[in-house]
Amino acid sequence: MSGLFTPRNVMVAAVLVLLALMPVYCALTANTFLMSFFTRVLILGMAAISLNLIMGFGGMVSFGHAAYLGIGGYVFGILAKEGVTSGLIQWPAALLICGLFALAVGALSLRTRGVYFIMITLAFSQMAYYIAIALDRYGGDDGMAIQRRSQFGDLVNLNNRTFFYYLCFVLLLATVYLVWRLVNSRFGLVIQGARSNERRMRAIGFPTFRYKLVCFVIAGVICGLAGVLLANFSDFINPSAMNWIRSGDLIVMAVLGGMGTVLGPLIGAVAFLMLEEVLSRFTEFQGLILGPLLLAVALYARGGIDGILMGLRRG
Amino acid sequence: MADALLIVEGLTKRFGGVVASDNVRLDVARGELHAIIGPNGAGKTTLIGQLAGEIAPNTGSVQFDGRDITALPVPDRSLLGLARSFQITSLFPHFTALENVALAVQAHAGHSFRFWRPAREESVLREPAGAALERVGLSHRADTLCASMSHGEHRQLELAMALATGARMLLLDEPMAGLGPDESARMVKTLRQLKGELTILLIEHDMEAVFALADRITVLVYGRTIASGTPTEIRANAEVRQAYLGEQEAVSHV
Ligand SMILES: Nc1ncnc2c1ncn2[C@@H]1O[C@H](COP(=O)(O)OP(=O)(O)OP(=O)(O)O)[C@@H](O)[C@H]1O
Ligand SMILES: [Mg+2]
Repeated sequence: MSGLFTPRNVMVAAVLVLLALMPVYCALTANTFLMSFFTRVLILGMAAISLNLIMGFGGMVSFGHAAYLGIGGYVFGILAKEGVTSGLIQWPAALLICGLFALAVGALSLRTRGVYFIMITLAFSQMAYYIAIALDRYGGDDGMAIQRRSQFGDLVNLNNRTFFYYLCFVLLLATVYLVWRLVNSRFGLVIQGARSNERRMRAIGFPTFRYKLVCFVIAGVICGLAGVLLANFSDFINPSAMNWIRSGDLIVMAVLGGMGTVLGPLIGAVAFLMLEEVLSRFTEFQGLILGPLLLAVALYARGGIDGILMGLRRG
Repeated sequence: MADALLIVEGLTKRFGGVVASDNVRLDVARGELHAIIGPNGAGKTTLIGQLAGEIAPNTGSVQFDGRDITALPVPDRSLLGLARSFQITSLFPHFTALENVALAVQAHAGHSFRFWRPAREESVLREPAGAALERVGLSHRADTLCASMSHGEHRQLELAMALATGARMLLLDEPMAGLGPDESARMVKTLRQLKGELTILLIEHDMEAVFALADRITVLVYGRTIASGTPTEIRANAEVRQAYLGEQEAVSHV
């Protein structure tokens, strides 16, 4: 029967082991490209997981989730430029601002449904995008290089590639565990119930709005953390990090990997970024391949890659 | 009516040109099973919608247990002890029967800002949910996915969810809609057991069931209450016979 060694679990374990051992392989082969590629995979995987918390489990299709990647990065970058280099200030400040931004976006957008919800989340992220462009002191349109990564005292050195990689890896695992606890808790069942049948949820006594709003904020904060990591990693911030195209990428990762599970979007991030990387070597028109692939997922494999794996039977 | 749990006064709801509720007045005594009958489109579901808070009336008031709830949001009414079931089944298809009912229990077990413990394993939610399933005769289907249950079972589950909220009053919108004879009989039996224990407002087209169960009946036609009384009085009422019962074959031999 479906024990521990289902094809899906084996695949998930393989991906996690692969990610855990990547730095070892890279050290042995002195391959810095793979190392930085997979650091990005971890960070964007974390962002996609946070998006899926509201989109896959809560039915709230946000088309502005990259805003939190950008805002997290900008808060860190601005503080760094103004001489505040301690991560103990930068990071909480970035998460706080992302939480407040999510609170504002959610308070407005969650009063609407469907396409209006999508439009409002999009509008807010575009607003953040244009505000970043207007910040001349912080590089405006071109963005800005960041001189120093976050400082956490002598024991922690974010400039060490291997250390940085494992920090991202641990934070990603923590996110997975946290989101997994969350979606199965009382809170998570309210969120899932509201996606499935909000009318009935209200009829049995749940004031659904406040639960959805809190969920929206949690997702924004997690994605903000990914934003801080991404900006530290690339030593650079620029407005295009919060462009709607980036939000679209996050949606694609979640859909491709599978919205039904906590880990699906991580698998999606691995697949999406690898495809993008490989395709970019052969053609400028990656969309010509990615597009039809997404179409196939939407038409024939609603559960995404993770769904296909779970559908596989052994023997 | 000193002992009325629910008092409705002058309730009017217009949808464009259609007057779905026309100055409706109604009171339901504690412990009473009060049936509402009326032809299709009479405004029965619209009335329930206004009692449950989903539809805002144009004018009029609703009092529950001595409190004016006319402007109260849907969840708050549920928390006060007013539960509704839906004419068109409205459940959580991807949850099991037990999980469906456990959600209703959870809604009334304090706030749900609890982020860590797996809720499906909480016996404080599972046990009352199991008891509600037992009452409607669905215990054996507790772990079946809602989506793969039959229509009849869905109707039972509808009732179980309303019960599981620990309500003092049930608003039941055609619980027997689409049921076969055996399933109907089972539902009547369940309602008979609930009668007296809870106050019930029952909307139903099945006249046999209505006349067998109801303490009082109110007749709604074109949004207006044209009569209200005991089953015997309603059966004898000339206006009701003409407006409504005359069309119904079933009543003549009740
Ligand atoms: N949301 C709405 N918008 C416009 N008209 C509506 C709406 N809801 C109900 N109506 C109209 O109000 C009237 C009463 O409808 P309602 O559903 O309350 O009747 P009912 O007594 O429950 O009928 P049935 O026995 O078929 O369930 C009907 O004429 C219906 O078309
Ligand atoms: Mg109706």
